[in-house]
Amino acid sequence: MIKLIPRVENSTLMVLLSPLLALTLTALSAYLIFIFVLVDIPVSSVFFTLFVEPLIDSYYFSELLVKAAPLMIIGLGLSIGFRAGIWNIGAEGQYVMGGIAGSAVGLYFYNVEALWLLPLMTIAGILGGMFYAGIAAFLRIKYQVNEILVTLMLTYVAVLFLSAMLQGPLRNPSGFNFPESRIFHDSAMLPIIWEGTRLHIGLIVAIILSFVAWFGIKKHMFGMQIKISGSAPRAAKFAGFDDNKTVWYSLLISGGLAGLAGLFEAAGPAGQLTPGLPQFYGFTAIIVAFLARLHPVGVLFSALLIALSYVGGENVQIEYNLPSSITQIFQGMLLFYFLACDILIKYKVILFKT
Amino acid sequence: MNESLFINIVIGISIASVPLIFAAIGELLVERSGVLNLGVEGMMIVGALLGFVVMSHTQNSYLAVLAAMVGGMAIASIFAFLTQFLLTNQVATGLALTLFGLGFAAFAGRGYTEETIQLITAVPIPYLSDIPYLGPLLFSFNPLVYLAFFMVYLVWWFLFKTKQGLILRAIGDNHDAAHAIGHNVVRYRVMAILFGGAMAGIGGAFLSLVQVPIWGEGMTAGRGWIALGLVVFASWQPFRIIFGAILFGGITILQIHAQGLNINVSAQYLSMLPYLATIVILVSLRMRLKNKTNRTVPNCLGRIFHSTT
Repeated sequence: MIKLIPRVENSTLMVLLSPLLALTLTALSAYLIFIFVLVDIPVSSVFFTLFVEPLIDSYYFSELLVKAAPLMIIGLGLSIGFRAGIWNIGAEGQYVMGGIAGSAVGLYFYNVEALWLLPLMTIAGILGGMFYAGIAAFLRIKYQVNEILVTLMLTYVAVLFLSAMLQGPLRNPSGFNFPESRIFHDSAMLPIIWEGTRLHIGLIVAIILSFVAWFGIKKHMFGMQIKISGSAPRAAKFAGFDDNKTVWYSLLISGGLAGLAGLFEAAGPAGQLTPGLPQFYGFTAIIVAFLARLHPVGVLFSALLIALSYVGGENVQIEYNLPSSITQIFQGMLLFYFLACDILIKYKVILFKT
Repeated sequence: MNESLFINIVIGISIASVPLIFAAIGELLVERSGVLNLGVEGMMIVGALLGFVVMSHTQNSYLAVLAAMVGGMAIASIFAFLTQFLLTNQVATGLALTLFGLGFAAFAGRGYTEETIQLITAVPIPYLSDIPYLGPLLFSFNPLVYLAFFMVYLVWWFLFKTKQGLILRAIGDNHDAAHAIGHNVVRYRVMAILFGGAMAGIGGAFLSLVQVPIWGEGMTAGRGWIALGLVVFASWQPFRIIFGAILFGGITILQIHAQGLNINVSAQYLSMLPYLATIVILVSLRMRLKNKTNRTVPNCLGRIFHSTT
């Protein structure tokens, strides 16, 4: 039998060890699953393609960074909201709305070559995401409707809205009826920061934002407020913190950042608005935020880890004709193990015979 | 409106609402025990896949439904173990369950996307189904439809008419007090979670065995989440689940018929209706309860229980 004894203080050693343990267990489980499922493919070479190749090949590594950027930006916003106990689960929808809003601006000024275009698109993207998350904030404050359900339902609506837009107003007029927008011209595209790859300025923006958020949370009263609202709601009330403000800020920040990521995806690697814009980043960013223990700078590292599984998953799809859903299984397991291993921080686990 | 169209609409609504009834009634029991499992979507998709796979190999509908239940329970047991024994955050664990379930089903079902199966068809009850009007309206459904309604009754009966049901509700409202008077909180909750998994599994299987004869990645399309909304809408009262589910079934059917009638709105906007309706209904519920707290919410919903004694 297993018995859990609460620790007096959280174990610092385990704070560091438990993610490593989770990672090891995930790798082991994945290995066992592959041995079971893949009969005629050598498992070790699949593993190599999944986890090592993206790190040693410069093109794959650049793709890893391309995928990490939106995960960092969305995960950062979610980590702030989750700290306050505001569960914005529909970042995917805000990401799509941001992508639509920003792209719409870019397409409206299709014939304009100007320096202000990209900043304007960026603002539109952020506002699109903010507006969409704002609906959930409004409904939660005014009608106490659970934000988990609202943001999720709105995600399905956003994906349908994207499809309607691409068959309607935003469709390429000379695109043979394909549900795709025109390809953005140069001044509507994000600058590339690594020549010859698709790596764009979004990565730098993500890193800057995460440090800004870190200092913001440490130095600013609002950081204190969301922390206390999340961990001790009653104490927050006694301290006179405005509950509604926490809800608004949490959702607007996470929504705005998700919208930013959506616009960066459209104006970056995609270069146009397509039905392929939603790539599950909004959901995966939830895992990113948890793996980072909701720490704004930690998000940078967990996003890299998750991006590794994205790129690796695509590679095994191409090389071994395996479904890319391997990625999702891996990510789901990682989160399971990670949550499970965290028990070692707060509790001593004692095994005894009955 | 002619008679057969009306009957078709009633049957259509029932077919569209049954998966929601199954998933929601399971989750209702889980939440009554004080556990919030956000993995309904993941459990449903695993049920949809396993039901389909077993059906395509054995052509036995009983085995298929059983497999879907076992599949839902199996994946729910991961959630039960993590939240009840390793005391993980229920929101995060539930989300992980959904993500894992969607990924697992897509991976394991990759060889089945081209196949079709024999649908489980309606079984008209002899004699009774021959009664004009009432026959086709009440006695000509798929057996699983009756089962769904029966499960709602069963959950109501269990919760409010049995001693174990009373204990389960007590645990959901105050796990520390229930523990103090000697009830096994964890055992009740694990059982409830497994039941929720089985129900979500059947709900998912209804999609791939009754609604359409095919299997597709992501075919649950958010129904697990709508089911979670239904539980809130029903204020944790079993029979209100039926009412809510029929409302959603109606909206789904409305949307399909509107497309058939060539109403001049893009298909995408009509497809948004069920999701928007979920939000509207949750808002309207709150407007009705204005200034009153919802007293039926289980007090310990989502809280972690750990006893040192």
